[in-house]
Amino acid sequence: MSSENVKKVSMRRVRAEQSVKSKLGLLIAFVLMLAIFALLTNGEFLRWRNMVNLVRTVSLYAPVAFAMTLCLIIGGIDLSVGALCAVASTYCAGLLANYGLNTGLALVVGIGMATAMGTVNGLLISRTSMPPFIVTLSMMQAARGVAYIYSAGKPIRTPTDFGSLANGYLFDVIPYPIIVMLVVMVVMLILLNKTRFGRSIYTIGGNREAARFSGIDVRSTTLWVYIISGLLCGICGVIWASRLYSGQPTLGSGAEMNAIASAIVGGTSMAGGSGTIGGTLLGAFVIQTLTSGLEFLDVPFYYKFIVQGAVIIIAVYIDIKRKEIAARKHS
Amino acid sequence: MEKARNDAPILEMKGICKAFSGVTVLDDVHFDLLKGEVHALIGENGAGKSTLMKIMNGIHSKDAGEIYIDGELVELKGVADAARRGISIIHQELSLVPEMTVAENVFLGRMPTTRLGFIDDETPVRETRRLLHGFGLDAIDPTQRIRDLSVAQQQMVEIMRALSTDARIIVMDEPTASLTDQEIDKLFVFIEDLKNRGHSIVYISHRMEELYKVCSRCTVLRDGKYVDTVNLAETAYDKLVSMMVGREFASFYPDYAGTRGKELLRVENLNAGKQVRDINFNLYQGEILGFYGLMGSGRTETMRAIFGVSDTEVTSGDIYIEGVKREIVKPMDAIRNGLILAPESRKDQGLVLIQDIKYNITLAVMEQFIKGARIDYRKEDDIARSFYGKLDVRASGLSQLVQNLSGGNQQKIVLSKCLATDPKVLILDEPTRGIDIGAKVAIYELIAELASQGIGIIMISSEMPEVINMSTRMYVMREDRITGSLEGDDISEEQVLKLSLGGQNE
Repeated sequence: MSSENVKKVSMRRVRAEQSVKSKLGLLIAFVLMLAIFALLTNGEFLRWRNMVNLVRTVSLYAPVAFAMTLCLIIGGIDLSVGALCAVASTYCAGLLANYGLNTGLALVVGIGMATAMGTVNGLLISRTSMPPFIVTLSMMQAARGVAYIYSAGKPIRTPTDFGSLANGYLFDVIPYPIIVMLVVMVVMLILLNKTRFGRSIYTIGGNREAARFSGIDVRSTTLWVYIISGLLCGICGVIWASRLYSGQPTLGSGAEMNAIASAIVGGTSMAGGSGTIGGTLLGAFVIQTLTSGLEFLDVPFYYKFIVQGAVIIIAVYIDIKRKEIAARKHS
Repeated sequence: MEKARNDAPILEMKGICKAFSGVTVLDDVHFDLLKGEVHALIGENGAGKSTLMKIMNGIHSKDAGEIYIDGELVELKGVADAARRGISIIHQELSLVPEMTVAENVFLGRMPTTRLGFIDDETPVRETRRLLHGFGLDAIDPTQRIRDLSVAQQQMVEIMRALSTDARIIVMDEPTASLTDQEIDKLFVFIEDLKNRGHSIVYISHRMEELYKVCSRCTVLRDGKYVDTVNLAETAYDKLVSMMVGREFASFYPDYAGTRGKELLRVENLNAGKQVRDINFNLYQGEILGFYGLMGSGRTETMRAIFGVSDTEVTSGDIYIEGVKREIVKPMDAIRNGLILAPESRKDQGLVLIQDIKYNITLAVMEQFIKGARIDYRKEDDIARSFYGKLDVRASGLSQLVQNLSGGNQQKIVLSKCLATDPKVLILDEPTRGIDIGAKVAIYELIAELASQGIGIIMISSEMPEVINMSTRMYVMREDRITGSLEGDDISEEQVLKLSLGGQNE
């Protein structure tokens, strides 16, 4: 019936509009930043090559940021993301270099190692009352240790053809990491927004007890979130191994902070129950654009960190103010 | 002992007006308080009671009107100013620090220091002990931590704190919400004592029966306006309620006698930890089965064990739904078999406050509109809309955030969520706690209607009038066991009390 179709179309539009509206501030900030840097560099900043680099850099960090978003939404956190990337990269590289394993298998094992560690995180968090912060903090140390031990503390060079994966371009135009990020993003979007699993994550993060009383399997959902987190870190880790032509035990140091920053700037709440993939991606772009722009302007290395810190605080402050105003209007 | 009451008001508020962001919250409200009086302040949620009290306490400033203390016109400049003038408020959510001791809490923010500038630990303990002794509360040790005290004792400490600042006017906001009946009686004796010593008390409560026991006058507010101030001794209960609600009240509780149809639920030999022992009962279609007991008697724990959400292990027990034995290990098992529980604390256990009405109503039935990787938004909307309408939820629409709803409407959302699962048995744990009169009546009507439609209702309640008037049959629990059951005309306050205090019935 046409009236129902009209209702369906308008509901879809309402949802799309709401999704854009909630990130409007961030979008504006992003565009503004691009404009400012473009001005300051006489348009050099906006060159195709630079833009492609920007997007590729973001895509190298994106899977980890998405993993963190998931953990934050359910009301937890995963501090081990960087270390899990390192584990994946060293194991993958090691198998390729030392055992001549074929690429596919090496990738599987590398990603598998990270996923297994994510599973350990998930089991501890879902089955005991240990806080995710403590569990993943310990895993962060332990996994880092595993990466060092396996690699004997040194980078493991991979065969050159392996490096062509992450450094290559689809149709000679689009870097492969960007493709991977897009695929991961679509899968995560569907998972979070279109499945019972996704909605359960939001509910558990919003009110764990209420989720329990509504029949949601909190334990199982929580476990899977950390398994997925491990998996995404594994993917990220092996892509990095390819990009750097080597497995690095030091990979991902500080990646967890970067991921948290992207998620928070993108609107994810530390308290759980809210956050979006799109928002996190936007947050990652804002932070990366800033970093990139400052590099372009030859701003001394250390000042970058101060500016980044300031930006995060400003972004979060604006977000909080916006929420307060919205809350006051509706009560 | 000198006469503690005289006729000059210790406090007078005249023509008080207050608006927030253009919305009028108080419109020409009057309130006066005599010395040594316990004065009730009633009104539905949103009537303006808390705002008026916050103005009295210096938390908010008034837009217009006058305040007189001891006949003198004053301008309250803030909380400290009000406190200095002897006004203090005891909020519904106690503002004590659980990890600190009783003495530290009584002197919170006012800890004396020694000559050297260090904190003087001993004076507060001594002073607090003296204060407690003066009120016969020697059982409370000033060096104990707050979190080791019972809720009732904590409330006493809160009152001590107010008294230690020489408060002459004490506002008590829902003081009995978390107390057992015995503790409530003790509190009333205490209030009587305070009254005789010349303190004045403003008593805010939704429990109307209490007001008659302890208050002399009562001021009614409605929609921010002053309705009237009456003597409770001369005013009938129904009249008070109709003043609060603004319309005539036929009767408070629905006229539902109940029927007995087929057996919907049978619980045999249920044991779970220390709080659920040897529970046996059944529920028939058409009944409203009340479960009364003092706090801590194990009612909530029993229902949680039945629902599969117990915190302690269920060591034995058989549950039969419509005569068929069912294995219930987790809530989803119960829901799939047509049994659902509306939890005791709607904010902490029943709702995801940051999400909207639609999200919350459909929480437990996701599989009806989310299949695989597709959400049927229209179906989600239909489900939510149907219960939103059926339960007459007052809100701006399905997209309103649940945290912005009143208590009564929030409870309706919880009930909608439960009803969406199409249950055969609905267990309600304190369904009207913290809800004002108008909303309570709506919920009672709903419960009666559901029962008449064939849904088996179990209702846990700590409010004697509520459970006596609503139940068609009752069980009484004491110390983790069922002590007896009552039916029809046998249900009376006397019988229930007898069972809840330890008597057995045949």
